[in-house]
Amino acid sequence: MEQSMPLTRRKGEENRPRIGVYVCHCGLNIAQTVDCGKVAGEAALLEDVVVSKDIGYACSEPGQQEIKNDILEQGLDRIVVASCSPRLHEPTFRQMLISAGLNPYLLEMANLREQCSWVHMQEPEAATRKALDLVKMSVSRVRQLEPLEEEVLPLTRRTLVIGGGVAGIQAALDLADNGFDVVLVEKRPSIGGTMAQLDKTFPTMDCSI
Amino acid sequence: MTDVGRHPRIKLYTLSEVVGIKGYVGNFEVKILKRARYVDEKECTSCGECAKVCPVVRPDEFNLGLSSRKAIYSPFPQAVPAAYVINVNECLGHNPVVCAKCVEACDKKCINFHMSDQEILEEVGSIVVATGLEAYDPRELDEYGYTRFENVLTSLEFERLVNAGGPTRGELIRPKDRKKPRSVGFVQCVGSRSARKGASYCSNICCMNTIKSTLVLKEHDPDLEIKVFYIDIRAFGKGFEDLYARSRRLGVHYLRGLPGTVEETPEGSLRVAVENTATGKLEIHHLDMLVLALGVKPAPSTQRLQEMLGLQLTPDGFFLEAHPKLLPVDAATRGVFYAGCAEGPKDIKESVTQASAAAARAIRLMHRGEITTEPITSEVVAEHCKSCGKCAEVCPYNAITVDVKKKTPAVVNQAACAGCGTCAAECRFGAIIMNHFTDGQITGQIEAMLEENPSEKILTFACNWCSYAGADYAGVSRLQYPSNVRLIRTMCSGRVDEKFIWHGFRKGAPVILVSGCHIGDCHYIDANHWTEKRVARLHKRMEKMGLRPERLQLAWISAAEGVRFAQVMKDMEALRRSVTREEIQETIRILEEAKKG
Repeated sequence: MEQSMPLTRRKGEENRPRIGVYVCHCGLNIAQTVDCGKVAGEAALLEDVVVSKDIGYACSEPGQQEIKNDILEQGLDRIVVASCSPRLHEPTFRQMLISAGLNPYLLEMANLREQCSWVHMQEPEAATRKALDLVKMSVSRVRQLEPLEEEVLPLTRRTLVIGGGVAGIQAALDLADNGFDVVLVEKRPSIGGTMAQLDKTFPTMDCSI
Repeated sequence: MTDVGRHPRIKLYTLSEVVGIKGYVGNFEVKILKRARYVDEKECTSCGECAKVCPVVRPDEFNLGLSSRKAIYSPFPQAVPAAYVINVNECLGHNPVVCAKCVEACDKKCINFHMSDQEILEEVGSIVVATGLEAYDPRELDEYGYTRFENVLTSLEFERLVNAGGPTRGELIRPKDRKKPRSVGFVQCVGSRSARKGASYCSNICCMNTIKSTLVLKEHDPDLEIKVFYIDIRAFGKGFEDLYARSRRLGVHYLRGLPGTVEETPEGSLRVAVENTATGKLEIHHLDMLVLALGVKPAPSTQRLQEMLGLQLTPDGFFLEAHPKLLPVDAATRGVFYAGCAEGPKDIKESVTQASAAAARAIRLMHRGEITTEPITSEVVAEHCKSCGKCAEVCPYNAITVDVKKKTPAVVNQAACAGCGTCAAECRFGAIIMNHFTDGQITGQIEAMLEENPSEKILTFACNWCSYAGADYAGVSRLQYPSNVRLIRTMCSGRVDEKFIWHGFRKGAPVILVSGCHIGDCHYIDANHWTEKRVARLHKRMEKMGLRPERLQLAWISAAEGVRFAQVMKDMEALRRSVTREEIQETIRILEEAKKG
């Protein structure tokens, strides 16, 4: 479902945000419980929402391209992606906003998968109502978000490895061989860990040290 | 191992522990406690003359007490650094009258009793946590008789016995009478896959370790009778099934069922009673030796490190990764990575794989020599600031400076601010803006949520690191809970301002939940202490105003506690049902009046 307004802004709307809402199906992960078309349709009626669509996989290349095209063609300046947890794909969509020339902090995600469709699988109607609430909350939030600039700080090119067993040894050697300094801390008098105590090791049946 | 010792880029601290970590990704300051070795690491040639004259004899930890060592000793022949060490608690002392025999014996004069523990500061940009494992202690499973019968051994003791560098130079003998056993039994899942004792998870390595041991034994002595008591044999890795098949081909007897009792016969052999679950019959097996395949537990240092770095643990006690599939070696704390058994039981190959992955992730972070930080920090609006100093008091990072006497407005050090938002929540004058989580942004979400049918909804504040992640985990686990829950994410529960709570109730919320990391697990050092205090304050105010304080709940839910999240939501729904429309209307009336007054 697609609803859009003309790109030319009406009088008095010059400073209004232009919000795009994308309700992701995530294949069937969201769509088999939440009526994504209905959520997108109702979100289209919210204030400042210029584009509202349901979309197969928002994170996929074509999905991102579609949002990007809308940003450029419809002059969108704030984006709501209603899909999975922001803990998963927020970096993906922030990157997409940057490539479309927007500040990455003008993005808000509504968590329709981990916190809606997956936890209310037997209640499609209630889940759809919740999804709409989550989108409404996101639209309200995205409207008030402000562009933020990331700061670049110097970094120490050194790694602390805690533990001198086989994992610590391997990590330390890989880092050091790549030109990074390593501080390796082991609480026992020698490195080697549990591995050093083993006789032969599987699957090669050779000695451990 | 020796590569580590001589690598010019690796600084190795043994006998050392990390005791403090400050700072953040890119710029951590680490405090290391290096215990005195009393032997000069660089000068010692491991000639061993010192140990020869040392009169103190103690069990050798490396051989699990199956052999002895002196108070001055080399941990094991291939040790790195290849230097002797003195256990100062066992040593008789450096007073020549008392002993000091080793000092005389050492030609290179590298024994120095004046060495003391050192505190060392190191600056690093990233951290790899590879704290390893601890083997399960089988003493609580007394049916196997580990504490009572000498010929019942743990898998680790067995490893030392068959090792050419071990106490018997690789010859397998029974500890009790030093005779060669003619039959050996292995008991699987000791401390694993049990709801009763030990852990409920599979320890991953013990099946293959036992299969390996049977092959080693058959190589030594093809006529040895070997029996393996198991629940399931899990040989899923590359090449593993081949080893299992080879072991069976060589005549190793695999028997489905774990022993119920073990008794010792007068000759020191073992009488093992087991229900063979394949046949359903009780069988008695006589074996000369029994080996317990120990499960893997998190290292004892895990919890301290978790608190120091603000990391999360799974319910099993291992470190929790940022994402189980897509970020399997990253911690949720930026700049921290996991390798090896610290993250969960795994074999050598998997540990090596994960360690290389952790190194690659650390390099990816560091290679540019600079780091971009999220601009989610707080700002002071100078004209509103009354210089009361509250913000500086609550900041866990000491990122805010304010001169209370001179009444100069507070200043936030952006580089030190981690963005918990506690200062903004505690400022009574609205003088602090928490970027990306401003008052307006959050109250806007509250209003949007409560616009329609507010009495049916459960307003929940969840912190990004623990409780919001716990909600995600409930989703990944497909745990079903009431659908009227609506979450508002903040970076820390410390951000949840009193204003938000009053605003929610004024907009008709029947119940409100504030949730965050458990005390001690806070991602922002201890910001959630302020959440706790604030909620207590709110409860008092509510009581004074005639509102039921239990309508505001506080719950600590970790990132791994999906089950707990779902349960808390069910409890909240039960609580919500106890709130009538009249009560909500009355609350709104009281709050509107208070606002006017």
